[in-house]
Amino acid sequence: MAWFRKEKKPKEPTEKQVAIPEGLWLKCDECKEIVYRKEVEQNLSVCPKCGYHFRVGGRDRFQMLFDDGAYKEFATNIRSGDPLEFRDTKRYRDRLKVYEQRVGRGDAVLCAEGKLDGLNVVICAMEYDFMGGSMGSVVGEKVTVAIERCIDKREPLIIVSSSGGARMQEGILSLMQMAKISAALSQLAAACLPFISVLTDPTTGGVTASFAMLGDLNIAEPKALICFAGPRVIEQTIRQTLPEGFQRAEFLVEHGMVDLITPRADMKATLARFLHQFLNK
Amino acid sequence: MSADAAFEEPLLRLRRQIEELSAQESEPARQVEIDELREKLSKLSKEIYSNLTPWQKTLVARHPQRPYTLDYIAALFEDFTEVHGDRKFADDAALVAGFGRFHGQPCAIIGHQKGRNTKEKVIRNFGQPRPEGFRKALRVMKLAEKFNLPIFTLVDTQGAYPGLDAEERGQAEAIAVNLREMAALKVPVIVTIIGEGGSGGALAIGVGDRVIMLEHAVYSVISPEGCAAILWKNSAAAPEAAAAMKITAQDLKKIGVIDEIVSEPPGGAHSDPQQTVMLLDPFLERALHELQKIKPAQLPEERYKKFRKMGHYEK
Ligand SMILES: [Zn+2]
Repeated sequence: MAWFRKEKKPKEPTEKQVAIPEGLWLKCDECKEIVYRKEVEQNLSVCPKCGYHFRVGGRDRFQMLFDDGAYKEFATNIRSGDPLEFRDTKRYRDRLKVYEQRVGRGDAVLCAEGKLDGLNVVICAMEYDFMGGSMGSVVGEKVTVAIERCIDKREPLIIVSSSGGARMQEGILSLMQMAKISAALSQLAAACLPFISVLTDPTTGGVTASFAMLGDLNIAEPKALICFAGPRVIEQTIRQTLPEGFQRAEFLVEHGMVDLITPRADMKATLARFLHQFLNK
Repeated sequence: MSADAAFEEPLLRLRRQIEELSAQESEPARQVEIDELREKLSKLSKEIYSNLTPWQKTLVARHPQRPYTLDYIAALFEDFTEVHGDRKFADDAALVAGFGRFHGQPCAIIGHQKGRNTKEKVIRNFGQPRPEGFRKALRVMKLAEKFNLPIFTLVDTQGAYPGLDAEERGQAEAIAVNLREMAALKVPVIVTIIGEGGSGGALAIGVGDRVIMLEHAVYSVISPEGCAAILWKNSAAAPEAAAAMKITAQDLKKIGVIDEIVSEPPGGAHSDPQQTVMLLDPFLERALHELQKIKPAQLPEERYKKFRKMGHYEK
């Protein structure tokens, strides 16, 4: 594909996102190269040119992590209500319908059980495409159900986060999910069961400030944005531009908040190694 | 006060009139006039303050004369001694913590602290803690648990500080750890939202067995301005966002997020801080009395049940 390679231009940073139609080709968000979609997909949705990790949905995660891509989803019947009858420029109810049609009826997290390298595990994988992976009552309930299942069946927990934070349309109830899940995690910890948090791009706000930072191990994908307050909010507060790489996974490792960075291709093997060791198997 | 708080204007005018008359030499006719004005003020205060919109309540909750954590501590707790630092990095003046007695019972007290004048505001960082503030809070809570002392927290913050240094030192981790560890404390935790309950920074000292809220306090996942900026793409839509998010004590009681509402004086807490503080006292006393009947080992279980229920979904 060398004939397709474009010379890098200095004006690149101001370059506008060019919409590439769904089809054979894909433009990498990072290196801006046009890459063959199939090649990206076969490469675990990692750019073959620069190693950029594209965002992936929950079921793709399950495929990558469960043995032979075999798993059983649970907590599939929990769906968003509209507790506050929230309306901004649009009704929350209507927004939900659009996302359910476009992404699926699982809200912003899917939960599944299966084997990872021969071990029974529970994995929760967030769906960024569903309202920016925002956490409302459904995410809170599903993750809590998953944690309780781990305690019941004495299985380790893995949560793959990708979220813009709490879901404003459910107001305070979204905030309370942080407390609810963290309280459940305290019970999981008391039961001495492993919880590994996998942080992917982006993990922000209330999700970071609750379960995503509470892993026995926190493992990040390369270059993932991981933060409490987003870069824009901070720039507004301190009125200066932020240093390069601020709040990226590498920055968090440097500051002691994340245990290690693991490329997607090594994620399963890394998780398997730790879990076997923690479970003394 | 900002132009948004125009609803306070008639009350301020009356108060000024009363003050002026009171400053003059007393004579029977004037006293009658003063009494009439007082009556009018009381009636008007009640009228205005019982019809506040969620946005107006937000402004009341942020009122610069509203009693702050240290005012409550001075009035409700004896023998209070503040302690400092998280033993890891620094002390954070945006969050105060210490030990004292409540009606004779030794206890820990923790709360966000805002500043009243410019200098204090800077020192207190506008009541917005950094990670070391939350870590200090947890250190004191763990100490309380070690010595089997109940914990009182007072919530009054716009939110955790969104700054570069705070992020570097793990703002998210500090909050998250508090949520998990508070859930497991084997001593009574009594939370009172006295002013602004701003998001994760509020919740980080807000996981309690009882959550009490002042009548005009607010508690929300994001500030009305922040919500408006994101969802309405216009921060001027803050009043709409405040109404849509259901942030008032009255709404939160309905959806089961708080347990009790403490009435404020007719013109709001700032109109009579002394009385406000005293109005809270019996609520704290009753909560403590009830919780002391529960076995310490049972408290985390009860607390888990309480938060486990929160949320709304269809099955
Ligand atoms: Zn690339």
